[in-house]
Amino acid sequence: MATLTRAPASAGRRRQGASHRSTVVMKIAMAISGAVLLAYLTAHMLGNLKIFFGESSFDHYAHWLRTIGEPLVPHEGTLWIIRAALTASVVVHMAMAILLTRRARRARPVKYAHRPPVQGSYAARTMRWGGVIIALFVVYHLLDLTVGVANPVGASGKPYTNVTADFEHWYITAIYTVAVVAVGFHLRHGVWSMTRTLGRQRPGTERLIARISTGYAVLMTVGFLSVPFAVTVGIVG
Amino acid sequence: MKLTLRIWRQKGPADRGGMVAYDVPDASADMSFLELLDVLNERLTESGEEPVAFDHDCREGICGACSLVIDGVPHGPQKATTTCQLHLRHFRDGQTIDVEPWRAAAFPVVKDLVVDRSGLDRIIEAGGYVTAPTGSAPEAHATPIAKADADAAFEAATCIGCGACVAACPNGSAMLFTAAKATHLGLLPQGRVEQDTRVEAMIHAHDEADFGGCTNTGECTAVCPKGIPLGVIGRFNGDVLGALWRGR
Repeated sequence: MATLTRAPASAGRRRQGASHRSTVVMKIAMAISGAVLLAYLTAHMLGNLKIFFGESSFDHYAHWLRTIGEPLVPHEGTLWIIRAALTASVVVHMAMAILLTRRARRARPVKYAHRPPVQGSYAARTMRWGGVIIALFVVYHLLDLTVGVANPVGASGKPYTNVTADFEHWYITAIYTVAVVAVGFHLRHGVWSMTRTLGRQRPGTERLIARISTGYAVLMTVGFLSVPFAVTVGIVG
Repeated sequence: MKLTLRIWRQKGPADRGGMVAYDVPDASADMSFLELLDVLNERLTESGEEPVAFDHDCREGICGACSLVIDGVPHGPQKATTTCQLHLRHFRDGQTIDVEPWRAAAFPVVKDLVVDRSGLDRIIEAGGYVTAPTGSAPEAHATPIAKADADAAFEAATCIGCGACVAACPNGSAMLFTAAKATHLGLLPQGRVEQDTRVEAMIHAHDEADFGGCTNTGECTAVCPKGIPLGVIGRFNGDVLGALWRGR
């Protein structure tokens, strides 16, 4: 007759505590906060393209962003809700990244004398420093085109003027290019990793998801870069 | 063929350790990598030196005892091959080969190339088994299992628990191992009923053992001697999410 050789697993497991603080949950928090930022970034990129329809179209769009939901919500109400959600997402995303990075460093205290990467993509290997570059850029970007203090003109309520003033300088275009490319790489591995973290996939769909991630990252990069380059070469402005 | 080995030597857990070069002029292309170390150790023993300590057991590629990071790749350059099944014909005559132990906080070096992998055992103890004794094999047609599930469960079950995934992972994560063990049980009816508590206990034990978190780089599956697919980690994440959702 078969006998139990161990205590019933459930008793021991209950005592060990729930998995709500596990690395997987931290990854889920990163994936969800990343998804919020992803949704915003997509809308941001599409909104930017309004600049190709002229000054009034672009400025009108920027003005509309401040009036969404009126009169149900006050002026700029929706905008501030979005800003709050974005700030919360950035805080969660960065906090989890820092905790997981520190954990990863602790997990390998002695480095290999000889260990080239076997297959990991460039995007995967640059997630952490890429993220730091993006964070610094976001600060500059807000000072440049939201607050206006870092903008050559900094005219309040005239985004078209500010954007075209920026990208007439080649070095500002260069800064934006570096940052957007960093965003592109971050999105490439971010989208892929998010789909891995937020649940199971059908076997054999890895290549498809990898291709979708690459395609999305390329589209976003090209979309974001189109504005500064259009201004720099004189198509816009 | 003549080979030069640069091997990590460390007298014990407290020793600092370092790489030491050894020439092996009498190697044969038909030798396995472990046989190469045997030849070197015989010579070291005869000359009164301390032989190189390394883990090995079945030498058939099925037990998971052998390890070694060979020229920067766990289990060496040959895909889906354990160190014991890696033969010297995959190396050039006169080549210098670096040999290091698995590197992870959860795998402290015992001596030279031997590391303590009991962190993986603790993950299994936490839930990598079916609680109810199932006795002898049941009648095969009593419990229908979809072919795709049976295949995927078997694929996950081929994990030999060597720890190469941890050695390769830039984060020192054991997620491929943990997910393979949880997947092989969770896909089958006998194991499915306990999957919620199982995955929670296993991820807890994984984190407690100082393994890092997964960032889906895929380094693990590239070096896995059994070719465990990365998809098991996605399935495991989904199981943890489901367990949280159901609040068990």
